[in-house]
Amino acid sequence: MVEIKHIYKSFEGRIVLNDINAIFESGKTNLIIGRSGSGKTVLIKDIIGLLRPDKGEILYDGRDLTSMDKHELNMLRREMGMLFQGSALFDSMTVLENVTFPLDMFSMQSSKERLKRAQFCLDRVNLSEAGNLYPSEISGGMMKRAAIARAIALNPKYLFCDEPNSGLDPKTALLIDDLIHDITKEYNMTTIINTHDMNSVMNIGENIIFIKEGVKEWQGNKDEVITSNNQALNDFIFASDLFRKVKEVEENELLGGKS
Amino acid sequence: MKELNYLCKLKLIYKIMNKALQRLGEYVLLMKKCITLPDRWSMFFKQLVREIYKLGVDSLWIVIIISVFIGTVIAIQISLNIHSPLIPKFTIGYTTREIVLLEFSSSIMCLILAGKVGSNIASEIGTMRVTEQIDAMEIMGVNSANFLILPKMVGLMVFIPVLVIISMFTGILGGIAASHSSGTGMTPASFEYGLQYFFTEFYVWYSIIKSIIYAFIISSISAYFGYNVRGGALDVGKASTNAVVMSSIMILLADVIMTKIMLT
Repeated sequence: MVEIKHIYKSFEGRIVLNDINAIFESGKTNLIIGRSGSGKTVLIKDIIGLLRPDKGEILYDGRDLTSMDKHELNMLRREMGMLFQGSALFDSMTVLENVTFPLDMFSMQSSKERLKRAQFCLDRVNLSEAGNLYPSEISGGMMKRAAIARAIALNPKYLFCDEPNSGLDPKTALLIDDLIHDITKEYNMTTIINTHDMNSVMNIGENIIFIKEGVKEWQGNKDEVITSNNQALNDFIFASDLFRKVKEVEENELLGGKS
Repeated sequence: MKELNYLCKLKLIYKIMNKALQRLGEYVLLMKKCITLPDRWSMFFKQLVREIYKLGVDSLWIVIIISVFIGTVIAIQISLNIHSPLIPKFTIGYTTREIVLLEFSSSIMCLILAGKVGSNIASEIGTMRVTEQIDAMEIMGVNSANFLILPKMVGLMVFIPVLVIISMFTGILGGIAASHSSGTGMTPASFEYGLQYFFTEFYVWYSIIKSIIYAFIISSISAYFGYNVRGGALDVGKASTNAVVMSSIMILLADVIMTKIMLT
């Protein structure tokens, strides 16, 4: 479980995060949603320790990241996996070498065992055939899957995903969402996903936090998101024609049912 | 009005000094992060071999080609410029050797390598920064500066002296080749006599020591510019250019300092 308490962050006097509180439970896909520039990326960077918040606590199963020294932070980071927006696979390595990399750096296993584990992770994301290819030789969806395989190589307790569906077609995006959701359940990980993709929200949003201009506006799950009365959330979600029509249909069905 | 102008100038100097000191501080902090024991020695040696091959062995042909041609041109130009009965012919070989050993094979060759290797290092690390590959390493708990920069620095410091020795050898071979051609006023025998005349072994060591310092300058400065890129592809290009310019200036500065210390 990851808990954030009273997080504040500002850049050159401009407040980006203002008193954010949230609990991200393990075994659930936790989503942070909001418009571009709302502070989602800054929040996730604060949570993983790439940025330091001005104030507040970030608790990983009770361990406060903000008060950790460099060594403690490095040890905690070995329990984290991260899926970046652009996959961030190492260009100079093959897909298999990318997945083996965290194992080579931190695992005490023999090279045979490390290779076996990397192959297992690639199999898990249905990418066993692409092990010898370089990132430049595979598609965007395959790159995301390879990045997921690398993220889970060390059996992390916490998985972070920054815009996992950006640049993917809707079908591949759904596949990636399902994969993240299944892996979260399988390994009972605390997964935090930063997104503005409403398909993801409706597909895997078990715990959703909506941020607007650095302030937490709303928290709930995918069923509550459609029926919420929060104006800012509704403006964000129903900006899309598709979701507006879904809501209209639902409301009509509800009225029809009543009459 | 005059006072206002003076104040503006002072403000500008303060701004420039402030930025320079900030950069120097960032560079020192990066080196502190980089020069530590590797997390995994096996991975370090794997990277080291890769870097020696990529940065050093791949530069072999350019070093040989440039050295042969410059060695030839130095010999021809000296022979044409000291066309005097008062100066013995072996002076051509002697002067060619001294130029190649003292300045060309170390300083000039490293200036050329700063362009080739320095831009390579800055653009590689810069691209890794803007595509979040460095962030990915940091998230895993890997000391990215140590993993990426240290093998490049050690690799270059090990292999540049080898390139310098090869450059000395091929540069002098170029001079010998020139002495065999007609119309230059040289004879191979006088040129070879000049090559051996009053030979100081220390000059070879002086060049090798200089090249190790230059290797550190090229790799660390280029890595600094690459590691601190912010933005996109355009900024990677700018960082690459800045890396080459700054490395070249620092090489020339180090050349003056080391010549003063070691030869006077």
